[in-house]
Amino acid sequence: MDFPPLAWQGVVVLVVFGVSLLIATYSTYAERVIAAFLQDRVGPDRAGPFGLLQPLADAVKLFTKEEFFPAGANRALFVFGPCLAMITALMSSAVIPFGNVLQFGETAIHLQGIEINVGMLYVFGMVSLGVYGIMIGGWASNNKFSLLGAIRAASQNISYEIAMGLALIAVLMMSGSLSLREITFQQASDAPFVWQDVFNWNVMKQPLGFLIFIVCAFAETNRTPFDLPECETELIGGYHTEYSSMKMGLYLFAEYINVFVASAVMSVLYFGGFNFPFQFELRNWLVSSQRLELVTASNIITIVGLLGIFAKIFSFIFFFMWVRWTLPRFRYDQLMRLGWTILIPLAIFNILLTGGLITFGIIK
Amino acid sequence: MQHLITAAFVRDSYPELCEPDKMLRRLSMTETTMESLSNRAKVLEKKPMTLAERAYLPAIFQGLSITMQHFFRAATKKQVTIRYPEETRPFSPVFRGLHVLKRDEAGRERCTACGLCAVACPAEAITMVAGERKKGEEGLYREEKYAVSYEINMLRCIFCGLCEEACPKAAVYLQADKMAPPRFERDEFIYGKDRLVEPVTPDNRSKRGIQLTPEQADKLRGQLA
Repeated sequence: MDFPPLAWQGVVVLVVFGVSLLIATYSTYAERVIAAFLQDRVGPDRAGPFGLLQPLADAVKLFTKEEFFPAGANRALFVFGPCLAMITALMSSAVIPFGNVLQFGETAIHLQGIEINVGMLYVFGMVSLGVYGIMIGGWASNNKFSLLGAIRAASQNISYEIAMGLALIAVLMMSGSLSLREITFQQASDAPFVWQDVFNWNVMKQPLGFLIFIVCAFAETNRTPFDLPECETELIGGYHTEYSSMKMGLYLFAEYINVFVASAVMSVLYFGGFNFPFQFELRNWLVSSQRLELVTASNIITIVGLLGIFAKIFSFIFFFMWVRWTLPRFRYDQLMRLGWTILIPLAIFNILLTGGLITFGIIK
Repeated sequence: MQHLITAAFVRDSYPELCEPDKMLRRLSMTETTMESLSNRAKVLEKKPMTLAERAYLPAIFQGLSITMQHFFRAATKKQVTIRYPEETRPFSPVFRGLHVLKRDEAGRERCTACGLCAVACPAEAITMVAGERKKGEEGLYREEKYAVSYEINMLRCIFCGLCEEACPKAAVYLQADKMAPPRFERDEFIYGKDRLVEPVTPDNRSKRGIQLTPEQADKLRGQLA
């Protein structure tokens, strides 16, 4: 087996693709179970042990449902909408650094789909493209509710992207790099003070920025309390009113993949990515006490870091669901007022604050 | 004399309508002078929200903590829903469910087809045909007269229990632990004697159609007290 490095990266991309799909699949199950538990219910327990095969049953159901095209719909765009939503959602996970390097002899495998030095811009661009899937699908449905949902999605995403970008600028001011891998490395710390590892995470230096970012992430992924594009009390189903079978499934799936990607981005940007406390101590201990080679010890650290970032991601996904089953939906004017008159000024203030703190050398 | 309602008329007759401040004062005066009949009316003050309330985040965290408590409560098996086909909810001991036509101690049908239940039935759900007991049938029917057919339409029945009260022979009862099951066809809801008469079992001796366990009886007494 003599894989060239590029082929290895191809394997990594495929694995990231598969893992994104798997996590999205089981997010539907997790959503149901968490919803049930938060509401004192039993939850799905029919398909398989603990209902673990429920996502499979859902998929079979969605695939066998009638493929419906509303009269007067633009058929090509009607199909293209959910595809675009799904494609952009899946593409954005490509640049997330899930782990450091696994070293096997000569080959070094970066646990990241592609390493590009504008990773953050790439994710941002993909997330912005995602709204086109919703807009195209909503418009092509030839239904006023779908169109209203699509318009809402568009204006909501534009409004919150500004605040999100401004919150991000504060992080970039500290990191000086758009590369997600670089931002992750900067959050590592080998200082002797044990909690330094955690204190070096960006969330400690950017609490306000993180708050703005997570609120915007909720809005960008169209999750409650910002799920106005699919607000069923006013808009029946919003942009996916006319969708059935797996095209509907793709929209729902894309939402869960977006949640996964948003969780991953927040983990990387603010919670240290694949860094975990005591990582250097653990490596040194493995090398000095356990007599392991440095390469093996580094690989172990990488794998623990991989588990660590997934723990962070799952915590965020849980938080997304926890919030969904706690908070009611905003009214549309409240949503707009929050975005434009509160979050954007706060984000600008955060930039000024960060700039001041950097200038006076309090954070770096 | 009828007025043509014009802007000028409104302005002249109801000047306060044109001045919102006066209008409000007038409304508030009527409110304060009006007496509450129940004495429970509460005047709510519309205070401006505090900073914490306006920030909304404390309320969000409060809500999140409440749902998290429920999360752990559900994890410790105190759910409000049940796994239905495997588990069923307990019936109330005074529940009035599916009818049964009782037998006596010797296993004979108690019903004499007197028709009092049919008369008492407000939904007119009960019909019956009476017949005379023949020689050699003494072991089957308690009295000389018996019901050749006895039908209850469960779609008409309102499960009020008046048939049970009307019956002089303690023959018809509404079971406390059994409901009329759902069916696909309407005529399957017309229950004849084949489905109403209690099967012959050694334990036909309870006079009341239901037998309460001691716990159920205690619970019922507690509820009635």
